Amino acid sequence: MTVTANLTTAGEKHEVSVNERVYRSKVRRRKLIVHLTQLAFLVVVIGGWELYVGSDSRKIILYGVPSGIVSRLHTWVADGTAIGSLGDQIKTTLEEALIGFAIGTALGIVAGIALGRIRFLADVFSPYIKVLNSIPRIVLGSVFVLAFGLGIESKVLLVIVLVFFGVFFNAFQGVREVDRNLIANATILGGSPWQVTRQVILPSAFTWIIASLHVSFGFALIGAIVGEFLGGSHGLGVLIKNAQGTFDANGVWAAMVIMGMVALLAEWFITKLENRLLRWRPPQLAGPDL
Amino acid sequence: MRLPQHSDSGTLAIDLRAVTKRFTTPSGATYTALKDLNLGVVAGEFCAIVGPTGCGKSTTLTLVSGLERPSLGTVKVHGADVSGITPGVAFMFQTDAVLPWKTVLDNVALGPRFRGTSKSAANTKARDWLRRVGLAGFEDRFPHQLSGGMRKRVALAQSLINEPRILLMDEPFSALDVQTRSIMSNELLQLWDLTRPAVVFVTHDLEEAIALADKVVVLTAGPGGTVKASFEIDLPRPRVVQEIRFEQHFVDLYHQIWEALRSEVDIAYAQTTAATTKRAP
Ligand SMILES: Nc1ncnc2c1ncn2[C@@H]1O[C@H](COP(=O)(O)OP(=O)(O)O)[C@@H](O)[C@H]1O
Ligand SMILES: [Mg+2]
Repeated sequence: MTVTANLTTAGEKHEVSVNERVYRSKVRRRKLIVHLTQLAFLVVVIGGWELYVGSDSRKIILYGVPSGIVSRLHTWVADGTAIGSLGDQIKTTLEEALIGFAIGTALGIVAGIALGRIRFLADVFSPYIKVLNSIPRIVLGSVFVLAFGLGIESKVLLVIVLVFFGVFFNAFQGVREVDRNLIANATILGGSPWQVTRQVILPSAFTWIIASLHVSFGFALIGAIVGEFLGGSHGLGVLIKNAQGTFDANGVWAAMVIMGMVALLAEWFITKLENRLLRWRPPQLAGPDL
Repeated sequence: MRLPQHSDSGTLAIDLRAVTKRFTTPSGATYTALKDLNLGVVAGEFCAIVGPTGCGKSTTLTLVSGLERPSLGTVKVHGADVSGITPGVAFMFQTDAVLPWKTVLDNVALGPRFRGTSKSAANTKARDWLRRVGLAGFEDRFPHQLSGGMRKRVALAQSLINEPRILLMDEPFSALDVQTRSIMSNELLQLWDLTRPAVVFVTHDLEEAIALADKVVVLTAGPGGTVKASFEIDLPRPRVVQEIRFEQHFVDLYHQIWEALRSEVDIAYAQTTAATTKRAP
């Protein structure tokens, strides 16, 4: 009796480990296929572009060409751009975006939580916020350039305006979605309104706020570049504007590649922050990651 | 059977008199949840409240805790009118109310931290209470990494660490499986014995109520729930929850109280079925 039982368990164990191995190799194979397909896609797009444009100078002016973009990037890195070193341009744009992003996010969180917590404030300000939210805020860039000049202030202001609303609405909604039971429990345990805000409302709303940061950083970069475009003397936006003005499509693309890399880096950083702050969450149900 | 003795209100830990509680429903109508409710709980007494769903059990607890105010009548705790959150009260909710973003230790230390105790002193005390509820070694886990029963223990430790004089419990173990539930009930009795707060324990399980309580209060079906009858449970302590239900006296009490409860359950059931048939003719 026991012998047969032992035999079966041993057999099952063996079967399990075989299944496990088969499963793992399947997963690995699938990953490889995905990566190879990605690579093939990239080669086809870039190669097709290169072949289509070829050495036709009219087409190069209109569309740019991958080899031209690479050599433009190389010149910028090696010899600098017409308005100074490439590092300086990136630094200028990033500085505007980051300062505006930080201020806009902070203001958005504070305002969202205040209005979410205090009913009176929400009632008073909701029509103004709706109006402000409905106007195309990018136009404010022109206003800011006129009012605050070509320096960093006008760009930072535009970034703040673009970042604020997304963060604000998420923080506001996050506060309203907090589990009433958690608030009641913390209150009865002796928490003051401020302590409850700090330790219950804020962490709970953070799931919402963090989600908005991904989109907001994109807006921050757009704000900085558009601001430079509308009136500035340094930065990636100026680089793009000058390239456009001299029919230099390769230059426009090259600046865009740099922006893309900056955005990817920021995205990576925000995801890191998200994982760190939302450590307490149960592992999410798996879905396709993008 | 006995009615609350209002002559000795000086010693009552909880004293609800002629309490009516109305709610405005989202549609704008008024709903009377409690009507003319009288309830007295002596210090150190374990009082269980039973009644059909929607009769106002949870509402009664929110009135005692100060989360809600009565529409009419008075709510007194230790002789003082309730205004704002009642000091010295702990509340265990039906659903999980531990903070999911805090570790077990931080959750239990929350009460003392809120009350201004230093971090190290609060943590020492929290470790003590975690040991008492059988969760030593789980200090650094997050709530989602615990079983339902363990989360209840965290909530219990979180409540008891404040050394409340009154412990309110709203169907605290209803989400647990039967075995875990009787184990938790037993442990609750042992922990209660350490500091002997007055307890108001809401449940819809009559067996659980009798096994735990000194007094079982039956509420009438809503709307306008009120006390139908109140029963002394003179089973000796200490009790073993898993076994006490086999005793003859327990069975007698069960029959007696069920007699009072049954008609209310029937009324509540008739109301829900009537509402359903009305909605779907
Ligand atoms: N905040 C509220 N607004 C409107 N109605 C409520 C509110 N709280 C409770 N009620 C109603 O009061 C009645 C009693 O509720 P409750 O005390 O939760 O019953 P239970 O005995 O099941 O715990 C229910 O019919 C419920 O719908
Ligand atoms: Mg209830």
